[in-house]
Amino acid sequence: MDSAEQLRDRLLSLFPGAEITLITNPGPAAQHGLLLDHAHARAIAKFLRDDPALQFDQCSNVTGVDWPEKEIVETTKTTEPDPAGGPPKVVEQKTKRIQPGYLEVVYHLYSIALRHGPVILRLHTGNRTDQVTVPSLTPIWRSCEFQEREVFDLFGVFFAGHPDLRRILMWDTFKDHPMRRDYVEPDDYEWEPTPHGVVLEKAKAHFPAPAAVPPPTPAANAQ
Amino acid sequence: MLDRPMNDRTQLLTPQPSSPLAPAGSSLDLGHSPLGIGAAGAQVRAVHDEFHGDLLEVSMGPHHPSTHGVFRMIVTLDGERIVKLKPVFGYLHRNHEKLGENTSYLGSMPYTDRLDYFTSMTNNWAYAIAVEKLAGQPVPERAEYLRVILAELTRLLNHTCLAGFLMQDCGCSGTPLMYAFREREKILDLFEALSGSRMMCNYQRFGGCRVDASPEWLATARRVSDNYGAFLDEFEALLTGNEIIMARTQGIGTLSSALAVSAGVTGPMLRASGVNYDLRKVDAYGVYPRFEFRIPLGDHGDVYDRYMIRVLEMRESIKILQQAFDGLPAGPIMDPKAKLRGFRPKPGEAYGRIEGPKGEIGFYLISDGSPNPYRYRVRAPSFVNLTILEDMCLGQTVADAVIILGSVDIVLGEVDR
Repeated sequence: MDSAEQLRDRLLSLFPGAEITLITNPGPAAQHGLLLDHAHARAIAKFLRDDPALQFDQCSNVTGVDWPEKEIVETTKTTEPDPAGGPPKVVEQKTKRIQPGYLEVVYHLYSIALRHGPVILRLHTGNRTDQVTVPSLTPIWRSCEFQEREVFDLFGVFFAGHPDLRRILMWDTFKDHPMRRDYVEPDDYEWEPTPHGVVLEKAKAHFPAPAAVPPPTPAANAQ
Repeated sequence: MLDRPMNDRTQLLTPQPSSPLAPAGSSLDLGHSPLGIGAAGAQVRAVHDEFHGDLLEVSMGPHHPSTHGVFRMIVTLDGERIVKLKPVFGYLHRNHEKLGENTSYLGSMPYTDRLDYFTSMTNNWAYAIAVEKLAGQPVPERAEYLRVILAELTRLLNHTCLAGFLMQDCGCSGTPLMYAFREREKILDLFEALSGSRMMCNYQRFGGCRVDASPEWLATARRVSDNYGAFLDEFEALLTGNEIIMARTQGIGTLSSALAVSAGVTGPMLRASGVNYDLRKVDAYGVYPRFEFRIPLGDHGDVYDRYMIRVLEMRESIKILQQAFDGLPAGPIMDPKAKLRGFRPKPGEAYGRIEGPKGEIGFYLISDGSPNPYRYRVRAPSFVNLTILEDMCLGQTVADAVIILGSVDIVLGEVDR
């Protein structure tokens, strides 16, 4: 089988408008991934499944990864000549930039017919709040059906074209997505009229003044 | 009064609009098709049908003994026949993956025992293999042999119990299950002697195993595996050629090989459908290439084939065990450079998988260089194998759904995670 770079070049020649980025894995496993754009993802997936030289007929694993927005501090060093005529001074300049957060869906493909793999496909959402839709690959591989439902349930990624996108592990009325990194656990999963003990300690953080109108809290999740 | 001819059954063939009360895509939405295409999916007629009678929706489980745990199937019946089946699970969900991300790499090892509590040894091994891939950690030879021995013992234990449970689901109450549990107990005693615990073994480590097997333990284990063939003969004499069991299980819950491959079904389920794919051969992990064994394949992909494949796999496991006991080398069981506490793999990711008794169990790990994994994902075979439960049950009866589920071999600790 081709390496990930060769596969990317081949896909780029077959799908001229597609944006395919190679995501290298620096670890010893060296399982590199291909980041696909939403418009071509399903066509590329179909090609990977049907091409006689590739035949990735099994989508073994589907999972999500949450990458929250990250503040990156970059230090640049510049040398400034000393006006007094001494040796030039090194000035450090720190710039902060915010790397926007996104959700990622990872697909591990193997070929049962040709016994090779894995090829790792990745899809990114625009952000973590309102642009969280990616194309579903369930029409290509049936094994994505439950696993995409799980990613939807736990990460909040919407899969366009999924035939049955419902929560699968959490209950239907649950509000949040527990596998996100910034998920705040509710004080208690069971409703109790007067919180006490550990629950009370947690609740105090959300209800500082008894007279004030309680703001919406993560405790609402439990209901 | 009927508004169509009495013999008009075209309504059965065309998808009907859903009831306005049922939310679209919910389990109550009868017009919904699992494949998204009306022609290929479950086709059901109107819920209220004056001539043919109403459809009946039955909630099987979550406290039904035949569901192997807290598992629920919402079954829609047209008379005796299943026209729609939606599995509902998550009752045991404890967000295992989040727990794994909040603890160290080593700290997750005992948690993997709780995934599929029948096969903790192979869960441990799958996790260890993923971490070893992530960190590039070598494993000494003796540890690889011990891993094979324990994995094959686990396979014997799991398949024996599955056969027992399946027969219990078919209605042969007691005897096969008790025979299976008698043998299981012998293997669990071995696990207890080695790791200190019957089911929650927590035995594998990254770069080896936790404790070495003593010569006495090896002698006992060898005796158990040598005697296993005789037990299988007895078991098979009762079950394999049994006319009632054949009538009950043959042709039930047929799964085509194309659908099995597309749906990511792995393990004995896949091989019962005739697909020659066993990770012990394909990935050749550990020391499996050194052993001679065959991969049994089924012809029909029905419940009987799934039972038979497991019996034949046990025979092959016994062969592997005998070769592993013969070839077990002396030496260390841990890589001397392996680091367990304060273990921080370099940034990167890895997907490691092995052939567990239930199918491909895989772990996907992303490291960001900290002591905890950034992402810890379990690819549970039971969970993925459940995808096609509905396809296997459509057109069958409720009693068949019970044994079809039994032949899938699920453990809810792993499905719900």
